[in-house]
Amino acid sequence: MMHLTAFNRAEQGHILTPRLETPFHERLAALSETNEWYSWAGYKAPHSIFDTELEYFAIRSTSALFDISPMVKYRIRGADAARYLNRLTVRDVAKLGIGRVHYTAWCDDHGHVLDDGTLFRLAEDDFRLCCQERHLPWLLDSADGFSVEISEETAEIAAVALQGPTAFAVLEGAGFAGVETLKPFQLAEFPHADGSVTISRTGFTGDLGYELFAPAKAALSLWDRLWAAGGGFGLKAIGYDALNRARIEAGFIVANADFITAEAALHADRERLPDEIGLDWLVDPQKPYFNGRDAILKARTKRTLKHVLVGLEIEGNIPAEGAIVYHRGKKEVGLVTAAIWSPLAKRNIAIASLSRPFGASVTDNLWVEIYAMRELQYQKLMKRARVVPRPFVKLERRSATPPGRF
Amino acid sequence: MKKYDVVMIGGGHNGLVTACYLQRAGLDVIVLEKNAWVGGAATSRELTPGFLYSNCSYVCSLFRPEIMRDLELPKHGLQVISYEGGAVFTRDGDYLASYRDHDSHRREFARFSKRDAEAYDRYARDVTRQCRFIQPLLMRTAPDPFSFKPRDLQELLYLAKKFGDFSPAEMAATLRFWTMSISDFLDEYFETDVVKAYLALSGIIGTALGPMSPGTAYVLLHHYMGEVDGSVGAWGYARGGMGAVTSALASSFKASGGTIRTGADVTGIMTHRGKATGAVLADGEEVLGKLVVSNADVKRTFLKLVDESALPERFLHRVRHFKMRGSSGKLNIALDSLPEFPALPSGSSCIRGDLHFTDTIERMEKGYDDWKAGRWSADPFVDMMIPTTLDPTMAPPGKHFVSCFVQYCPPKVEGNDWTDADRDAFAETVIKQISDYSPGFRERILHMEVRTPREIEQEVGLTEGNIFQGELTFDQLLFNRPVPGYAQYRTPVRGLYICGSSTHPGGGVMGAPGRNAAAEILRDLRHAPSHMSSAHDVI
Repeated sequence: MMHLTAFNRAEQGHILTPRLETPFHERLAALSETNEWYSWAGYKAPHSIFDTELEYFAIRSTSALFDISPMVKYRIRGADAARYLNRLTVRDVAKLGIGRVHYTAWCDDHGHVLDDGTLFRLAEDDFRLCCQERHLPWLLDSADGFSVEISEETAEIAAVALQGPTAFAVLEGAGFAGVETLKPFQLAEFPHADGSVTISRTGFTGDLGYELFAPAKAALSLWDRLWAAGGGFGLKAIGYDALNRARIEAGFIVANADFITAEAALHADRERLPDEIGLDWLVDPQKPYFNGRDAILKARTKRTLKHVLVGLEIEGNIPAEGAIVYHRGKKEVGLVTAAIWSPLAKRNIAIASLSRPFGASVTDNLWVEIYAMRELQYQKLMKRARVVPRPFVKLERRSATPPGRF
Repeated sequence: MKKYDVVMIGGGHNGLVTACYLQRAGLDVIVLEKNAWVGGAATSRELTPGFLYSNCSYVCSLFRPEIMRDLELPKHGLQVISYEGGAVFTRDGDYLASYRDHDSHRREFARFSKRDAEAYDRYARDVTRQCRFIQPLLMRTAPDPFSFKPRDLQELLYLAKKFGDFSPAEMAATLRFWTMSISDFLDEYFETDVVKAYLALSGIIGTALGPMSPGTAYVLLHHYMGEVDGSVGAWGYARGGMGAVTSALASSFKASGGTIRTGADVTGIMTHRGKATGAVLADGEEVLGKLVVSNADVKRTFLKLVDESALPERFLHRVRHFKMRGSSGKLNIALDSLPEFPALPSGSSCIRGDLHFTDTIERMEKGYDDWKAGRWSADPFVDMMIPTTLDPTMAPPGKHFVSCFVQYCPPKVEGNDWTDADRDAFAETVIKQISDYSPGFRERILHMEVRTPREIEQEVGLTEGNIFQGELTFDQLLFNRPVPGYAQYRTPVRGLYICGSSTHPGGGVMGAPGRNAAAEILRDLRHAPSHMSSAHDVI
């Protein structure tokens, strides 16, 4: 026990830095002009670096670096890793090839979504699961009877997203030879410094983009390598506010923003089945048993699904964030969870959670009530909303292989 | 001879709450308090010059904000300050701290177990869900399931509906919560001894049960139901000590025209033809009232103050068997300077919160074993707080008041009455434990008040020194508190009501029993309680 005690004591000082700095912090802090920071899972993270508007356009016109190190990362290794993850998550892991990534979700016994995230298959029996919330007890409890090792590696792994039309050009310029062969959702290892970096063609913007994972100690040299190459391609560092605009255009949802995760919900009626938050397409009823399967399939057969998550296009140009959705302008049927004016689509778009049948079989005559505060006065607007497919913006450059240089 | 509308026996916080509401309804109320000061178990006493002791209750969270507002207590001097967290010291020289910052709290747990660190959120979520169910019940009279009066049926329906809103999984969780031991409950979430020991304390405080006794999980819930300004589960200090709560109540009461008589020791409740008529004082003086309300606990009220021949046999039987066992003691200490804890880094915020020295549930349970054998715990559980780290009003600058709540401490020592020598030996056990973690603690002591159940009963009047006026186990809650059929603040004696913590929803400086009792009395008087806020919404 002595060694453990010594370890515990060495960690006592954590309270002196209640907000941790990510491995890239030094670079972000040096670039930050606005000094607008928030806490992302206990890490200092930028709302913006220099100008949210311009940062957004870096994503869509040149390229942007966004530090995703605070994202929670679990490593799952072992002979039963694939079988374990197949029981844990709703999507078929057997179909996930080595060197591939897929978006997935996992549920409690009642089929309620615990979180969504990306699963990286680094090797036959080596996976990385990235997500918004923390799940170690759930992952460990689920591992009973499986030969797997599960560890949390959020702090050990630095991660950065490089997104935008010149993202490939930046990587190419930085000397990551062979990166042009990566297809969407494919990953590969590339040498960096005295080690390596894992690059996956993934992202949260719906644009051409990559995510790079490296040991924390290699973070700064990786940043510098990208930054040096990015000079000629308009590379900018960005904060979350710009990324959030891009992700809404791409129609992606954020846990505990667009839906409440089952373990965080204080109100039982806030818990959601995958089909109630637009994740029905992930669920694979053909694959072997997975947690929540029976409840999800039962809700489908008995038609007891209560909610639906939809994309909305709203008339006008005033974002409808937090707006209540009405049917026929009277009956309250849901809530807008995210909304922006989309510069790329030139449409007023929103993600909303509605009570079925509204948004599912009844999609006509939907309205949103927008309270727009203008100089200490609310302008109350009742605007027509139309259910539209997500993503709101589809970019061919996102999936073109080989990728374009701009 | 003057006849008051209401004679209130005892000036504890609940008695004062009832008195305030009744006086504000236009009744003429007198509060009779045996001590020279009011407050019952919520007092601040200057027992050595320059120091104020919160010498019974010592922290504030449960006191209902609706009552504070209704009775204008802020105007009368009440201020509650949140405190910062705390620490439990481990025997290997380390500690487990709790921090207000969510991520710091997680990282602190992660020093001991990454799993426990991440399990805490699920635990907190589950406890919060249960609290949210119970909180609205605090400020409602418990329904009598057998009266079949429309109002009781309506309240039963309310309960059933609240329960019915639960999913089957939540119902199961609730039933488990009400019946499990805190030890078993924590085992379902956590693996580390010190984490469990830290969280278990709320399950045993003031209760003559060990952490492995069934029913203690609910006791924990009771301590999470409070809030400081909407921050549910948070605890705070009353500025000026817990006496600030009752002095604000007394001031509010007097401002609305009420009368308080201190030094008025009630020795009996007078009845005539089954109806209460007033109270008799120790010197034989009679104080007459149209109604009598007792703030004393149910045993003291019916086994000492009311003539037993005026009471039904089964009722008396239930009162005699109401569990109200002494299980705790208290040390109040004036210190020359802030104690040092070498285990804590200098400047640690922990010293401004609650400090414990029991790092496993097994040690707590062994402490309870001693109690069962009629001894105080050789290795007691101590809840130590230094409110003067945040409150400048309770000690001279640089000096400190330390409150040590100590468990377990039996009502009798191996069957014999406490002696002064027992009391001193009990205190020594506690001081020794603290000194193991805080060298020089003993040398800093300027003055100390030691209270065993004997002293608490003698001074405050709580039977056996039980701080809750009866244990908070599920068999003694809702319509079973204190006696089935008499859970609505009325008693077998017409015109006699009870309003103390023996009644629903129970103990702690909450004020809800007093408020609910006032509502029932006003209902009997057909007086609309328009000056009483209903419970804040739980949304």
